[in-house]
Amino acid sequence: MQSSERLDLTFAALADPTRRAILARLATGEASVQELSGPFEMSQPAISKHLKVLERAGLISVDIDAQRRPRRLEPKRLEEAVDWIERYREIFEQNYQRLDALLEELQAKPAKPAKRKRKKS
Amino acid sequence: MPIEVTQPSDREVRVVRTFKAPRQLVWDAHTKPDLVTKWMLGPPGWSMPVCDMDVRVGGKYRWTWKSQEDGKQFGFFGTFTEVNAPAKLVHDEYYDPGDIASDMPTSEPASVTLELSEQSGVTTLICTMKFASKEARDGAVSTGMTDGMEMGYARLDDMFKKQAA
Repeated sequence: MQSSERLDLTFAALADPTRRAILARLATGEASVQELSGPFEMSQPAISKHLKVLERAGLISVDIDAQRRPRRLEPKRLEEAVDWIERYREIFEQNYQRLDALLEELQAKPAKPAKRKRKKS
Repeated sequence: MPIEVTQPSDREVRVVRTFKAPRQLVWDAHTKPDLVTKWMLGPPGWSMPVCDMDVRVGGKYRWTWKSQEDGKQFGFFGTFTEVNAPAKLVHDEYYDPGDIASDMPTSEPASVTLELSEQSGVTTLICTMKFASKEARDGAVSTGMTDGMEMGYARLDDMFKKQAA
């Protein structure tokens, strides 16, 4: 799978509040489907559906050997998504911070004698 | 104020940010090449050697960025389709891959709308990029200039903070 396709899957998986809440819950430790369906007031099949999406995106994994098949967070994929977002958010933010500085400079520039005098005195 | 990024439809990406400056200045900074080249530079290590802009309806523009490290270039070019200073600027945008390989389609233009409004000396910028197709948007996103804009950052941040905690 190409990295852009992988990111598509990751972002699609993250674009749902229940799934984000599940990830937040798993960030505190592994949990079974039964344990997860409690706090979310959802049926186990509904939770399972969300878990499948998260699993396909590589955001969580299942311990199939354990009796209760606990789900756990796979932080690596999440980090990848964060890195990607952060990198590009940075580009925009860097542009806009430069624009902030430029706008400040432009506003100081239009030689306002009164202001300059005040500075000098 | 941090950038706010939303996805109004599967073909659009919208960026909202405020600036502590009157609208006319923010407009100038987007339409006068000698000002544009001072800030629209992207990541460190890139310069903007070409910034030609004929800001009127039907007028053309061309932007080119150059990597200082390896001299590679890419850019955007197109036509202004709506010019209503200092409130609204619309242009179509073709990607010029230069010598940089990417997933971004070169044939389908995006439409970029810049809207500026001012309240008590603070200008709110809304930049909406509308792509020809979802695929074009995804291509642009994976290329990067349009970015991580995909998600509501704040919500994600929130989640990641919780995850880190």
